[in-house]
Amino acid sequence: MQLAELRGNSQYADRAFRALAIGAAGLVLVILGMIAVVMTRRAWPALGGSFFTSIRWSPADGIFGALPFVWGTLYTAAIALLLAVPVSLGVALFITQVAPPWLKRPMVYLVDLLAVIPSVVFGLWGVLVLSQHAGLGRSFLTAGIILAIMITPIITSLAREVIETTPASEKEAALALGATRWEMISASVLPHSKGGLVGAVMLGLGRAMGETIAAALVIGSALGQVTLNPFASGNSMPAVIANEWGEADASHKAALIALAVTLFVITITVNLIATTIVQRSMKRSRGV
Amino acid sequence: MKKLIAFCTLAALCAAGCGKKKDEGSGAAPAADDKAVPAKPAESGQVSLNASGSTFQKPYQEIAIEGFTKSHKGVTINYGGGGSGKGRQDLADQVVDFAGADSPYKDADLAKNKGGDVLYFPILLGAITISYNLDGVDKLQLSPATIAKIFQRDIKKWNDKDIAADNPGAKLPDADIVVAHRSDGSGTTDNFTKYLDKTAKDVWRLKSGSTVEWPADTQAGNGNPGVAQIVKSTKGAVGYVDLSDAKASGLHFASIKNQAGKYVEPSSDTASAAGAGIEVKDNLLFSALDPQGDAAYPITYQSWVIAYAKQSDATKGAALKSYIRYLVTEGQSQLKSLDFAALPKNLADKAVAQIDKIQVPGAQ
Repeated sequence: MQLAELRGNSQYADRAFRALAIGAAGLVLVILGMIAVVMTRRAWPALGGSFFTSIRWSPADGIFGALPFVWGTLYTAAIALLLAVPVSLGVALFITQVAPPWLKRPMVYLVDLLAVIPSVVFGLWGVLVLSQHAGLGRSFLTAGIILAIMITPIITSLAREVIETTPASEKEAALALGATRWEMISASVLPHSKGGLVGAVMLGLGRAMGETIAAALVIGSALGQVTLNPFASGNSMPAVIANEWGEADASHKAALIALAVTLFVITITVNLIATTIVQRSMKRSRGV
Repeated sequence: MKKLIAFCTLAALCAAGCGKKKDEGSGAAPAADDKAVPAKPAESGQVSLNASGSTFQKPYQEIAIEGFTKSHKGVTINYGGGGSGKGRQDLADQVVDFAGADSPYKDADLAKNKGGDVLYFPILLGAITISYNLDGVDKLQLSPATIAKIFQRDIKKWNDKDIAADNPGAKLPDADIVVAHRSDGSGTTDNFTKYLDKTAKDVWRLKSGSTVEWPADTQAGNGNPGVAQIVKSTKGAVGYVDLSDAKASGLHFASIKNQAGKYVEPSSDTASAAGAGIEVKDNLLFSALDPQGDAAYPITYQSWVIAYAKQSDATKGAALKSYIRYLVTEGQSQLKSLDFAALPKNLADKAVAQIDKIQVPGAQ
């Protein structure tokens, strides 16, 4: 009797939970879809043929070419990854494999502390120290360095957690076979955590591409720059949006929204690629 | 549950604290008790006006609000800044009671204003300086065509023959010119480029607007202080900066050749002189750029307060009218200390006369 009552109740609870869970999951999709639809609609007038190919951005003439900004976003993010990934992986390996136990906690704490510094502080520091004292000017490189510092804690803490999931048995097996510490890391730790590490790097990439204020302050806001020269001033999509929105008229606003849509699409693509890589490598490591 | 209560308390505390801070910022400290009912024109005659827009006129708004609310207890005014474009948009959407702007609505956008016809009240004039950083050169003279060539990178050295021609007898160093401009969309850029478009028509190629196509080998800073900072810290730099920021940063600035052919230094007085030589339309729209008169500084621009002609709330409308009156009369004497220029008398009179066009329900 009691059991039956209990069952009856739990059935309702179960249904309610199901509805709640589905609703929550659906809500995320709806929000994402609404953002995409509304933004694309408002960006539509600007998404003409030359939007992605023209290097001219001239509100006075009504010509809006996004190519230099797309380039600036990708180039600074690439510089940031180039600088941040080796450092982050090094720190993560140090914390998990090398550091004496008493140093682990303070190191983790320090790295996490980097993550909570507001981006505008990084930006101002970049302007005052990197641009002026270090003489780097406002350039792709300055922006790349700032972004690298900003994404290091994210990549590090994710990488650390991934690396820590390596089973002790695998590490001990390698050591038992006479492997040195580096051989143990390269033979058992890295292969085991490859998928997770790629995911960590991709998340860092997403953050680097979307970073607005710090980039806007140090990138130089130069137009028409599609160049590999890291010391040249340039511009990135989020920086342009932040800088020009306030005084933009209708067609200019549409072009800025089109930039936002472009950024949105690129970020989603990067994340999809990251997920695919992670899943594939997880499958592989399970299969072996 | 405990956590929730703690959170709510915290939120409430924060809200109270933040509210207080805002009031201090807008200079309405004595009216601290009114805060409990902010937006309601309550029976006691309390009213609050909200505004946003031009950052150029913000220093004046802040001082004027302080002065006005001292004599008008119960009135709270918040001026939010955010740029002329934001001010015009906010007023069009009726989320503010008035807007500050350095340039008027475009004709095509007027129809989108939800509250009907708008009125423009000029409140101040100000000078845009050509500030520079050049060792050993304390005095510099520039003509419009030379400025245009410098800012579009036709001239890249300080001892160029065009600059030398503007400065007979001066010793100019063989130094590279570094051009600094705004990275953000700005009314200052709009007026500066309009000035060049007007006075150096044959030379200037970048057209005009709140953002223009600056050459790639130039530097950009955020806001007037950002440009001032580049000029201050870079040898050979030149940039356009409004007078108060240029003075605050201790920059040198050039004398500019005006319509009468005289080289005039930017100052509160020469900007005022510019106001005397301008043509004003019936709706009080005008441009102070490139005015007539020997003493007029040519790169002078203006800022308006924009409000709807038809006010729907009697208390608010009355407060708005008396505040605008303060801005164009009593408040004008404060402008000089802020390195702005007061309106010339005839323009101030027209602005006062126009206040009567604001219709308030119940009045008349």
